[in-house]
Amino acid sequence: MTTTKEWPLWEVFIRGQHGMSHRHVGSLHAPDAERAIKNARDVYTRRNEGTSIWVVEAAAISASSPSDKGPLYEPASDKVYRHPTFYDLPDEAGNM
Amino acid sequence: MYAQSIKSTGKSVQSLEEMSPEDRAFQERINRGEKIEPKDYMPEGYRKNLVRQIGQHAHSEIVGQLPEGNWITRAPTLERKANLLAKVQDEAGHGLYLYCAAETLGISRDEMFEMLHNGQMKYSSIFNYPTLTWADMGAVGWLVDGAAIMNQVPLQGTSYGPYARSMVRICKEESFHQRQGFHIMIAMAKNGTTDQHRMAQDALNRFWYPSLMMFGPSDKDSVHSAQSMAWKIKMNSNDELRQKFVDETVPQAEYLGLNIPDEHLKWNEETQHYDFSQPDWNEFNDVLAGNGPCNTERLTARQKAWNDGAWVREAMMAHANKKAAKKKATTQVAAG
Repeated sequence: MTTTKEWPLWEVFIRGQHGMSHRHVGSLHAPDAERAIKNARDVYTRRNEGTSIWVVEAAAISASSPSDKGPLYEPASDKVYRHPTFYDLPDEAGNM
Repeated sequence: MYAQSIKSTGKSVQSLEEMSPEDRAFQERINRGEKIEPKDYMPEGYRKNLVRQIGQHAHSEIVGQLPEGNWITRAPTLERKANLLAKVQDEAGHGLYLYCAAETLGISRDEMFEMLHNGQMKYSSIFNYPTLTWADMGAVGWLVDGAAIMNQVPLQGTSYGPYARSMVRICKEESFHQRQGFHIMIAMAKNGTTDQHRMAQDALNRFWYPSLMMFGPSDKDSVHSAQSMAWKIKMNSNDELRQKFVDETVPQAEYLGLNIPDEHLKWNEETQHYDFSQPDWNEFNDVLAGNGPCNTERLTARQKAWNDGAWVREAMMAHANKKAAKKKATTQVAAG
């Protein structure tokens, strides 16, 4: 039989523990958000992996393109002074 | 393995010098151990081979539920029933992870289902063998899942990001599958009655060679492996994994007091491996071609589930659309 209409794709984000942020775990198909959360519970939390679920329709996500890698991230690579290790401190100053 | 019949373009592997600049940059990324992500450049052959491989793997998980589902209602105790149910549920999940990974390559899940149902895509030959007694649930977990794990653990390092990540999840969940199978074998072969021991031996006899076939044809007959290895979508050769499986399984059978059904099986002091007999490769090709004992039954069960579920899928989509339209209308009225 041929497909009538495929259920849309949803991306699933799970908060693993209290205090942690939601993390992308994978995707699934569902007719709507409510069902997507129920399916996510069955597919991605069978072993107590989560305390909270977010779902978002995959089509609603905007993503950067791999070809933008240079302009987006290269400017940060020569700014070593943004890291604490750039600043040498005397031992007398103790932990800082 | 779960993808036993990957046909490639038949071309031999190109050297870096022969490649186009894009293909060379791509191959160099793989050589450096970088992961390829869905939106990155990839050669068409890489994409095609991966769709086939991940698709076959996903189909194997889904079809693999059928020989075990057979025994859920007939498990000997409530505990065994709960264990088996959890395992079969995992397999549904593993199929879903893999379909999603394949979907990032530009094919939809429904398309893959259709190709499974009309025979264009394959699943592992192992699931075309029947599960005749409860001891088969032990043998399947111990041998079939054992062989699958042996293949899947290295695939966690495969070059395609979404595939590697689904393998990590699957491996984490799957080791319980093999253990529950071995547990059943211990109960029957080691601690059971004479009849139960006999059933366990019979299950081993029937599943031994089909399990060896899971690793695919011998390297000398597997002409397409080189390209897949260069692309790191295949991590070990078929013979290498098969040998590893035999080496690990023989002592386990000895522990159970069971005999591997191979009169040529012998420890080789020189190679530090077991020598063993190859499975019947004609039988393997025959099963892949659709003539195994359960091919028709498995495919019919899948087609029936898909067709019988069509009205549910359509009704749920229609309901979701109706609810969304209603919500939109209400918002417009409120805003208006």
